[in-house]
Amino acid sequence: MREITLSKAVNEAIAEEMRRDGAVFLIGEDVAEAGTPFKVLSGLVEEFGTDRVIDTPISEPGFMGLAVGAALTGSRPIVDLMFGDFLFLIMDQLCNQAAKACYMSGGKLSVPLVVRTNLGATRRSAAQHSQSLQALVAHIPGLKVALPSSAYEAKGLMKTAIRDNNPVVIFEDKLMYNDKAPVPEEEYLIPFGQANILREGSDITLVATSSMVQVCQKAAEILAAEGISAEVIDPRTIVPLDEETILKSVRKTSRAIVVDEGHQSYGVTAEIASRISEKAFYHLDGPVIRMGAMDVPVPFSPALEDITVPAPEGVAENARRLIRGEMFHAA
Amino acid sequence: MERKTNSEDYLRMYTQMVRIRAFEDQANQLYLSAKMPGLTHMYSGEEAVAVGICTALTDADRITSTHRGHGHCVAKGADFRQMFCELLGKEEGYCRGKGGSMHIADQSHGNLGANAIVGGSMGIATGSALRAKLQDSDDVTVCFFGDGATAQGLWYEVMNMAALWHLPVIYACENNGYSEYTATEEIAAGSIVGRAEAFGIESFQVDGQDVLAVNELAERLVARCRKGEGPFFIELKTYRYHGHHVGDINRDYYRSKEEETIWKEKRDPIVNFGQWLAKQGVASDTELEKIRAEVKAEAEAAVEYALAASYPDVSEVSMHVYAPNDAA
Repeated sequence: MREITLSKAVNEAIAEEMRRDGAVFLIGEDVAEAGTPFKVLSGLVEEFGTDRVIDTPISEPGFMGLAVGAALTGSRPIVDLMFGDFLFLIMDQLCNQAAKACYMSGGKLSVPLVVRTNLGATRRSAAQHSQSLQALVAHIPGLKVALPSSAYEAKGLMKTAIRDNNPVVIFEDKLMYNDKAPVPEEEYLIPFGQANILREGSDITLVATSSMVQVCQKAAEILAAEGISAEVIDPRTIVPLDEETILKSVRKTSRAIVVDEGHQSYGVTAEIASRISEKAFYHLDGPVIRMGAMDVPVPFSPALEDITVPAPEGVAENARRLIRGEMFHAA
Repeated sequence: MERKTNSEDYLRMYTQMVRIRAFEDQANQLYLSAKMPGLTHMYSGEEAVAVGICTALTDADRITSTHRGHGHCVAKGADFRQMFCELLGKEEGYCRGKGGSMHIADQSHGNLGANAIVGGSMGIATGSALRAKLQDSDDVTVCFFGDGATAQGLWYEVMNMAALWHLPVIYACENNGYSEYTATEEIAAGSIVGRAEAFGIESFQVDGQDVLAVNELAERLVARCRKGEGPFFIELKTYRYHGHHVGDINRDYYRSKEEETIWKEKRDPIVNFGQWLAKQGVASDTELEKIRAEVKAEAEAAVEYALAASYPDVSEVSMHVYAPNDAA
């Protein structure tokens, strides 16, 4: 099978959906000729023109608001939010308007739009261009949240996001744009709410999202060399969450570590860990461990930044301690 | 012939203004008698704004509304029963009781919904206009908001884009003189009209108590929007008879009773238009009195209906969080 970059996969997904449905358009800062700073959208304006690939002023709340209005009245906008950190700028339009319109209208209105944005530290971009804010939007009923972990996942999830009749926030790992993966030429979609078991194992379950999937894959390799069999699960979407696949795995392995690049406190890891604790408690041989980014703003210095994010050895070490029972009696 | 058409239009506008006033009188009574959950914001006094503008629109044209939204809703064609049911949280309400006073949306008449965030719908209205342009549709969107909302940054972002892309949107600022409990001159520097003009948007000021003046301007601007000459801005000077919301009773600290009396006795849009209609021979005082009586009876009947209507089943609490997707 051919291999393409995550960047190319996203580009293909959007192009295919724009060809399929004339109501789909792109809107955001420097999405047209510039193709975004990450060049993910290069070539789209040449095919679809400036009517459907719309460059805006630097007005995130403004163009997010426009997208909500367009979506309410028959268009299917894709909002390009250059950095995930800018979610804070669009909160009212996303969380008070888009997320609630369907519910507040008793189901009469719907807001079919996609916010494509990104997450991920270790790019030496400091605290305002490095955050992983998926927990923030996952907290708001009415939004769906997708976290692709490879080029293959990015394409299939983006296509599903564009066809969904609800507001979807899709986070791409900005460090993964040039990573290649096998992606079929033929069309495919990845349904929301169906986790992917990347690696089967019997001793411990590693639930990992987005950037942390690679980290947990590497941890699983380290552990395998030591005779520990780790199962790696990528939920793909945290809203909706495929709880069953995760619980089934934990009932089998009796141990779980949940890894996500958002801040650890009040985060995605906390939510998934607590669901495991509530629903698979009697199957557990130890506490469910959360591993997120440190609870500090992302520092600039490489010497500091790298230690804020979970790494394979750290995940492997927690797995070993869980298996040895060291965490079971921790005060 | 022309005269007759005008007469019908005039009487329709008069009736719509009377309907808004009657609706609000009933809503206020529901609050005062503790039959309505929560609070509501009365539109009474501002009827000529909503009616003058919405009379210039078709059902295909969209509006976005505000927390003070009953007037826009009625003027755009909404039904009393479904509105009162919504105010009381009943299943037959426009939003099945999930939205309440501040979130009534009426898709069938192009009302994209009231909004409880001040200025929150400015992006939505402009986006609706963007959609019209992208889809080559000649419908127009009117964005209603108050003077208080001109302090929100969102407005300046979306006006910029509307002007850059010549979108068919009309920003209608209902300047009732008060931003919640504060006089507008205390919160607005410079000129409100000047702010829209700074974006190169053709802007107008009109007496918001004069339904004919409002409607004449709106008809003109809507027609120009359909030809791609938008966007436009209108500042409508008007007045709200009640407080910021129904519970805002003692308001001497920000607004005098004398001022309220002057507006109610000298500037009332319904009384003044009724006198004009009688003077022009369009309708006699008796005929106008009959309209008011019929509307009042309709409003009372709708309230009775809504009071007796059912609440939604508790199973509905988790319905409509997400819109369904078509089966793959």
